Amino acid sequence: MSLISNLKPGGRHGVPASESRDPIGYLVAGLNRLAQTDLLDRVRLRKPTEQVVFSVTRSGFKTITRASRTFARSGERDRPGVRPTPARHSGTFDLTPSEDEQMLVDVVSEFAAEVVRPAAAHADDRCSAPSDLIDSSLEIGLPILGLPEELGGVAEQRSATAGVLVAEALAHGDMGLAVAALAPGSVATALGLWGTDAQQQTYLPAFTGDGAPAATLALNEPRVLFDVLAPATTATRSGDGYLLNGTKSLVARGADAELFVVGAALDGVPTLFLVESSTEGLTVEGDPAMGVRAASMTSLHLTDVRVPADAVLGATDGSTYTECVRLSRLAWCALAIGTAQAVLDYVTPYVKEREAFGEPVAHRQSVAFMVADIAIELQAMRLLTYRAAARAAAGKDFSREVALARKACADKGMRIGLDGVQLLGGHGFVKEHPVERWYRDLRAIGVMEGTVLV
Amino acid sequence: MPINLEVPKKHRVLIDQAHQVAMNMLRPISRKYDVAEHEYPKELDMLAAMIDGLSESGASEGAGAAGVRRDAATDDASVKNGANMASVTSVAEMCWGDTGLLLSMPRQGLGNSAIASVASDEQQERFKGKWASMAITEPHFGSDSAAIHTTAVLDGDDYVLNGEKIFVTSGERSDCIVVWATLDKSLGRAAIKSFVVEKDTPGVKVERLEEKLGIRASDTAVITFTDARVPKENLLGDPEINVGKGFAGAMATFDNTRPLVAAMAVGCARAALDLTRELLADAGVEIDYDRPAMLQSAAAARFLQLESDWEGGRLLTLQAAWMADNRKPNSLEASMAKAKAGRVGSDVTLSCVELCASVGYSENELLEKWARDSKILDIFEGTQQIQQLIVARRVLGLSSAELK
Repeated sequence: MSLISNLKPGGRHGVPASESRDPIGYLVAGLNRLAQTDLLDRVRLRKPTEQVVFSVTRSGFKTITRASRTFARSGERDRPGVRPTPARHSGTFDLTPSEDEQMLVDVVSEFAAEVVRPAAAHADDRCSAPSDLIDSSLEIGLPILGLPEELGGVAEQRSATAGVLVAEALAHGDMGLAVAALAPGSVATALGLWGTDAQQQTYLPAFTGDGAPAATLALNEPRVLFDVLAPATTATRSGDGYLLNGTKSLVARGADAELFVVGAALDGVPTLFLVESSTEGLTVEGDPAMGVRAASMTSLHLTDVRVPADAVLGATDGSTYTECVRLSRLAWCALAIGTAQAVLDYVTPYVKEREAFGEPVAHRQSVAFMVADIAIELQAMRLLTYRAAARAAAGKDFSREVALARKACADKGMRIGLDGVQLLGGHGFVKEHPVERWYRDLRAIGVMEGTVLV
Repeated sequence: MPINLEVPKKHRVLIDQAHQVAMNMLRPISRKYDVAEHEYPKELDMLAAMIDGLSESGASEGAGAAGVRRDAATDDASVKNGANMASVTSVAEMCWGDTGLLLSMPRQGLGNSAIASVASDEQQERFKGKWASMAITEPHFGSDSAAIHTTAVLDGDDYVLNGEKIFVTSGERSDCIVVWATLDKSLGRAAIKSFVVEKDTPGVKVERLEEKLGIRASDTAVITFTDARVPKENLLGDPEINVGKGFAGAMATFDNTRPLVAAMAVGCARAALDLTRELLADAGVEIDYDRPAMLQSAAAARFLQLESDWEGGRLLTLQAAWMADNRKPNSLEASMAKAKAGRVGSDVTLSCVELCASVGYSENELLEKWARDSKILDIFEGTQQIQQLIVARRVLGLSSAELK
């Protein structure tokens, strides 16, 4: 590749292809590259040791996926797995969580306040969740929350509501760490919902035992106007299995994951595939994003990845995939609520303490009404999300409800993030306060697909 | 029992009834009384009789705008879906039919809500079957209820009322008026009391009816009180001026009426959404709830946003009613519901006119009417800004002196 072609504008550095460089421009661009190289050397970023240590913070660094543990084959391939029973309810409109749910929320809220929130800023900076925090999340039992008791989980019945309440409580601590902690459980929940007996017997013991594996649900792709229901990643039949090809983006903890659930089009129909990380043809690349950074986002490249016939998770008519997308969106809504509540809880004392023109800024309607609107829209987001979750738990159709919840959580959630920064003014823009992180995190809602699931 | 945000099955019959009435009785005369603004919708008398019959037979629970009282009886721990839930859902259905006509329903006035909310048992009995309108606003003030000029002076066994009230919904048609007046202007909010004034009281005069942007089926009166003598037992609530307690007594009414107005906005907006969804489908635009809105037509994306906002307003309204039914304090949630539903009502109805282009704007359809009717719902029983003020004070823990 010549120097000139390397410097061609378009598609890089946010420069549209319609831009052109004149000779001075090429000179400046060339100098810039030289300076960067020099800089890299001077701070010794290329220390040989770092070449082998994967770091998400450095985009473009590629490595093979982690070797997975041996998932011992077990169970019957053609037998449907155990399914959680739909939640029973009396038909009474009721916003009170059950006693069990409330206990769970209390435990997770304490964890979020005492462990997650204090770790958030550093984890965001490092693009990685502290391992002791992940270990504690395993102790609380996060990965098995959505699993029925017969499969070693804790749920007596379908627990989309409990999943939402937990995700909300965790995200009140930090959205990025919440995603890191919830990603493995999402795969376990998916296996509980759609896995065959063999898939459940093969993979779930790892989740319900000590040291649950990192696992992740990879549906995003790096495409503009991405439609999750029409993945460009393909699955083609080959022998008695499938070959997977394509790229998945924003895959949470992709470098650690031992088990992936990957979305790919099989005969043009979106389908879920179980892919163990040691499978040949997988590479992972750091893919840090604007926010949710503690979830160690990666790109996952699949090049002729061969999986067996029973790697298909659920139905091949698109129904499982679509339900998975909806349940993921529901989980993102719950994360949005938790983070938006964090914004409200943070700005409320701030605007009462911060003074301007001789009195607290909260005494001004323009400030106070912003806070009021945060409270109003947040509660609307919450009710929309709870309704979708309750319908999902009861086994009712919830496609419309989750779509309406997601629309609100994407639009109003972002607005809350934006206003959170605005209410702190210049102080909101600096990392001394967490509102700038919440602003970055809340942009994920409406963008992210998959990853988490309730 | 787990969280559930579906309208309870036991209210289904009532809601279906209200829907049938809205569709078969209100819609056919909707345009008629929009055009003939001050004509009395005589069809409603029969409807009111039918509703009375239904409630006496026990077939319905709290239909219409009344029945928002907090029942002290039946104090068990179970979660209730009661009269408040029934009221907001049935009012929404009726406003899906016609908001102006709902507001004209005999014996279902906002005054009835006030009586149901704060009157003593003896008063309840005495005013039973009366149609009561509500008179708060005066020519020189709107939102600032504390600025009431109308005076009530105790003279023997009567209070003597003097003043002028405007924007009295059903002021001409009602049997009596719940009038807000001050016992002593110098004592501020605490001295403001409400009185049930019979319309045939000497000195009470309907001066004129307003010509309005919307809800034209509903009469909006200017009423003057000139030495109008009201028996002192017609005062609602505590006759003593309790400066410490302030405005709370009179304002408590709003905790019950605001969810109802929010429900009106929810119903009116749903009329527009339902019709627009069908008109868009006829034009080849189907709403897909799974595909990203950005990949659908701009019209579909807009519709999704409107429906999402609408559903948020609807659920906030149900929440406020649910809290009232379970006797949880709900003034914050009532204001949240009204703020959200009020602004959503306007956005939805106005956007539906825009989406349907000249079909939406023309009087051949009712979309333009709903876009006019909805505006008042973001104004009366506390404007959008008043609701924001209430929510802000509650969330921030600020007094009315701190956050003006």
